[in-house]
Amino acid sequence: MRDARLAVGREGPAILVEDLHKSFGAVHALRGVDLRVERGTVLGVLGPNGAGKTTVVRILTTLLAPDKGRAVVEGRDVVRDAAAVREIIGLAGQSAAIQEELTGRENLEIIGRLHHLPKADCRRRAEELLEQFGIAGAADRPAKTYSGGMVRRLDLAASLVARPSVLFLDEPTTGLDPRSRIGMWDVIRDLVAQGTTLFLTTQYLDEADELADEIVVIDHGKVIAAGTSESLKNRVGGDVVEFVTPERTRVDAAAAAVAGLAEGEPFVDTETGRVAVRVGSLGSEALVRAVRELDAVGIETAGLSLRRPSLDDVFLALTGHAAEGEDAMPARRGRRRGRAGVASQDARAAR
Amino acid sequence: MRFGTLDALTMTRRELLIWFRVPAYIFFTIIQPVMFVLLFRYLFSGAIPVRVQGGYVNYLMPGIIAQSAAFASFGTAIALARQIQKGVIDRFRSMPIARSAILTGRLASDTLRLTLTVVVILAVGYGVGFRFRNGWGPAILMMLLAIALGVVICCISAYVGLAIRDEESVGSFGLVWLFPLTFVSSAFVPVYSMPGWLQAFANNQPVSIVIDEMRSLALGGPLVLHGWESAVWLVGILAVFGPLAVRAYRKV
Repeated sequence: MRDARLAVGREGPAILVEDLHKSFGAVHALRGVDLRVERGTVLGVLGPNGAGKTTVVRILTTLLAPDKGRAVVEGRDVVRDAAAVREIIGLAGQSAAIQEELTGRENLEIIGRLHHLPKADCRRRAEELLEQFGIAGAADRPAKTYSGGMVRRLDLAASLVARPSVLFLDEPTTGLDPRSRIGMWDVIRDLVAQGTTLFLTTQYLDEADELADEIVVIDHGKVIAAGTSESLKNRVGGDVVEFVTPERTRVDAAAAAVAGLAEGEPFVDTETGRVAVRVGSLGSEALVRAVRELDAVGIETAGLSLRRPSLDDVFLALTGHAAEGEDAMPARRGRRRGRAGVASQDARAAR
Repeated sequence: MRFGTLDALTMTRRELLIWFRVPAYIFFTIIQPVMFVLLFRYLFSGAIPVRVQGGYVNYLMPGIIAQSAAFASFGTAIALARQIQKGVIDRFRSMPIARSAILTGRLASDTLRLTLTVVVILAVGYGVGFRFRNGWGPAILMMLLAIALGVVICCISAYVGLAIRDEESVGSFGLVWLFPLTFVSSAFVPVYSMPGWLQAFANNQPVSIVIDEMRSLALGGPLVLHGWESAVWLVGILAVFGPLAVRAYRKV
């Protein structure tokens, strides 16, 4: 029996999830989720608040038992072999699970002890990680004094103390400023280069795009799309040209003017005067053409920009409605530094 | 599990390390009780008539020692709620730590903390005139009883912290159950001096009973009746809240 488990453990996917169901009273958090993650790859699980991403993570990290279905991490069933799963996973949840009264070093060393590493190893490993994550200087100060970015890095370091082969990151950059986000991405990329399997949940399409080999989109407890970042963006219709029409009465005319660029129908919000069109892979040419078309019909616009598709765009394309987060926050759009064409332009200024 | 003891020890050490770092915790569990001793000893001793040898200070000390033990246990609820809020408990539960270690380590460190607290209070009490009048044996038993009370209240605290899970709510809620339990008791004033309707509660609640037994141990007096009642109460509370705390922990 044990040999069979080991054999499966050495081959086969790093993570396998079959028909996972989980309800909390009347709330059906997961309604039949299927996933597969190959070893050494990164799966990005994309979805708004309340979609069920964290529930999947909690089940895979043995914090919750599913109501129905099966989840296996490197050949070990998360319910029947929970103890074996815990030995090979690392978890960095949404809030940094750091004891702030203790120093960074103490946090890491104690985690090492709790992983049953020998004392000398704990110290060495803590030192290694503090260096790797750039917090060696603050190592002996209480974590309470760390900046938000440092705390997140310490948290990530803590999840790596025992060198897990499968790492779960639940929304690793939510709430971080743009610079810290990019720093975090670099750190995560290094991890992946070392062969760790990564299960990443996020609200940001650009993050999934940057980091994931495969993306899975979850909405209301079900997987609604799966594929590479490219295939997903193609389904969504590529980049988006977006602007606001101050003259509300001319919104429809503005939409008509740029309809020629669009793949599919332009999105129009008559209340805010916002118009958005998916322009495939036209790139900055789409922006130039939009300016021309709008100028030709004499409509002024504000905030004309070309941007990468967001989670909202993905959901709009896949489900016909916007991503409905639990708290109904608009999906945040991350912007990559130095990306050409993401400029707010007044239509007239381009003349 | 072979790692049960090691993990419990690591957790104990961890909790103690945390506790000693935060001035507010030290204040709450040591300095505040010391203030209470001085306050009651000097402010109220003239006004509160008691029928014990040695005067009010002798009447007071067993009460305050018990009260400090109870209040020290309050920190357990807050610490647990905080750890849950921050996801620390989640991380522990996703690690190969022996399942029992978290609560065991918690209880062990809290017991050590309690012991330190009551020893310090006793020392202060000696400083302001308290004296044992019943011999060393009973004196030690009295201290052990105080510690036992503290440990049992730790179980209640642990359950409260694990069930409510929100630091602020736990803090406010604590005032609701801890204050009446410690103040409406025989800790500071004789129960017969309270209004009739309060006496019923004060006379029969576990803290009063334990304090009465502690007073008998310290100063001489009937030991048996209150001794049995104390034991029954303490074991009873443990039997109820121990499993409750464990169940609440599993549900986190």
